[in-house]
Amino acid sequence: MTFFFEVLVNGLMTGIMYSLVGLGFALIFKASDVFNMAQGAMSLFASLALYGFLEQYMHLPLWLALLCTVAVMTIWAYAIVFVVLKPLVNRPPLMLFMATFGVTYLMEGIGQSIYGTQAKGLNLGIPDNTYEVAGIFISSFDLFFTAVAAVLVVGLVWFFQKTRNGRALRAVSDDHEAALCVGIPLLKAWTITWIVAGVVATVAGVAWGTRLGVQYSLSFIALKALPVLIIGGIDSITGVIIAGLIVGAGENLGEVFIGPYVGGGIQTFFPYLLALLVLYFKPYGLFGKEIIERV
Amino acid sequence: MFYRECGNFKDSYASDMAIFPIPLDRWGFTVMLFLAFVVIPLFASEYLITNIIIPFYCFALSAFGLNILAGYAGQISIGHAAFMAVGAYSSFILYGRYGIPLIPSILGAGVVTAAVGTFFGLPSLRIKGFYLAIATLASQFIIEWVIVHVEWISGGVFGTIQAPEMYIFGWPINTAVRKYFLALCMMVVFMTFGKNLVRGQMGRNWMAIRDIDYAAEIIGVNLYRDKLIAFAVSTFYAGIAGALLCFCYVGAANIEEFNVMTSFALMGMIIIGGLGTVLGSFFGAGFFVTLPILINHSLAAFMDVVPSDILSNIEAIIFGGLIVLFLIVEPYGMARLWHTIKDKLRLWPFPY
Repeated sequence: MTFFFEVLVNGLMTGIMYSLVGLGFALIFKASDVFNMAQGAMSLFASLALYGFLEQYMHLPLWLALLCTVAVMTIWAYAIVFVVLKPLVNRPPLMLFMATFGVTYLMEGIGQSIYGTQAKGLNLGIPDNTYEVAGIFISSFDLFFTAVAAVLVVGLVWFFQKTRNGRALRAVSDDHEAALCVGIPLLKAWTITWIVAGVVATVAGVAWGTRLGVQYSLSFIALKALPVLIIGGIDSITGVIIAGLIVGAGENLGEVFIGPYVGGGIQTFFPYLLALLVLYFKPYGLFGKEIIERV
Repeated sequence: MFYRECGNFKDSYASDMAIFPIPLDRWGFTVMLFLAFVVIPLFASEYLITNIIIPFYCFALSAFGLNILAGYAGQISIGHAAFMAVGAYSSFILYGRYGIPLIPSILGAGVVTAAVGTFFGLPSLRIKGFYLAIATLASQFIIEWVIVHVEWISGGVFGTIQAPEMYIFGWPINTAVRKYFLALCMMVVFMTFGKNLVRGQMGRNWMAIRDIDYAAEIIGVNLYRDKLIAFAVSTFYAGIAGALLCFCYVGAANIEEFNVMTSFALMGMIIIGGLGTVLGSFFGAGFFVTLPILINHSLAAFMDVVPSDILSNIEAIIFGGLIVLFLIVEPYGMARLWHTIKDKLRLWPFPY
């Protein structure tokens, strides 16, 4: 039974990491109805940039390097909004979706041209000890990022509920035209969204980068976060967090307890299977806004 | 000689419904067929045929399949390469393991893929939009896993089956030109069939579903049946294309050939080519097949040996840049450019 709980707890912590990536998707989808395929690439770019500032090109202290990385992601946010999205206002969502595909390729290409393609170890000086709590082994590393994720989520909720900009973003996500009518500048709102998504991507990139090493495959973490996103409902932040936990726990438990019977490696598709199952009963995810259409 | 509709009198229903109502189009099409069937096999080098034109045909077929689903019926599928893999593996199994003749086993592979595709199309009955897109991404990962892990399919750990020797009626298909003809004939037959399918009742039902699905249902389109048929036809094409790609180009069925990046590339093809157009499938496929080769060659002009990482990075940058550029400048794809040219030609030499 202890083993079960150990797998469960570790799964939950992986789940938090998925939620981190999924959050970026949900934020942008909420505010601009854009399904941002570039979220994974943004994480990759952020972690590459951080590595560049920390070790490869400059040897900045950690806090400054993080600040510079966020600055770089802000530049990206401006570039994406003003170069890519602005000409595409009022186009069908599929076009915007494809445009973010293009951005994905661009980011991967540019990032790897600047920082190289080989995998890099990112060491932030976070202690990697293992603690035993009630018979369960927990790595301090996972614990740290769980805490970071929790802080981030609380911060985001505060930002969306309490600040002026956050309220503006919620208005934009409810109705673009109505938001414009009451004087909310759409492009500014979008830029803020993309900057916030960039910050989230930075956190996710750093978390995954320290775990797996900074490499191209970070970009595919986004593919892991997609089922998380639809289980939770694309436009729900709470949903993403809860779905991340469900997916992380389900995936780990599945791999350990079902995997051996079917040949292993089910982690690659288990979240998707789970997502299909959930969608069968709840077509808009667990917490997604149900769209009622009328002719 | 001019590109005109006038003077071109239609005196039967058949001529009124012709695919190419304008004579110059018909001539152009004949010239293209002549090029494809006579000039290319006679004069093109073996490198050009095997490495560019055969994959171009296969991807055009597959892109058209995806276009049926995404461009006509409006159901986004970002797991389409997996269906090509299903086609490739099932054709190899049917032909190599059970000794069914080549053409029937390629068609059979299409049927098998259509069955699998219809199954994965079932979620479309309940969900739509991006939720459906992610659900189709599930098919990519589930199919990949099944192919690699079920030994009966992949015949081993690496998931690769070597191509058996190909014969049609005892006639060996072993040279580049013969493989070329196999791919070309299949492509022409299925493109013609598909073009007529999307012009007919079924195509119109699909377009109605794409535009507003609930309105389509109200005017009497059987939503569920037609969505599933779209999935079946689309994956049938993917299966055929996958089988042809592996028989004529790769020479082995390998799951790596059909990973999620290929799925994304297929989606890119139809967007850049033009959603909901037959011509766009060709343009998009041509663009995606030739672009890496072009970049490679133009880089080789500057340096002796192009390092593969630099090549792939530059490829990614140009690729991404072009996708964004196309969406901004010509959101309806390359096929739209051709449309604009035709409109201008109709009025030429007058501006309007």
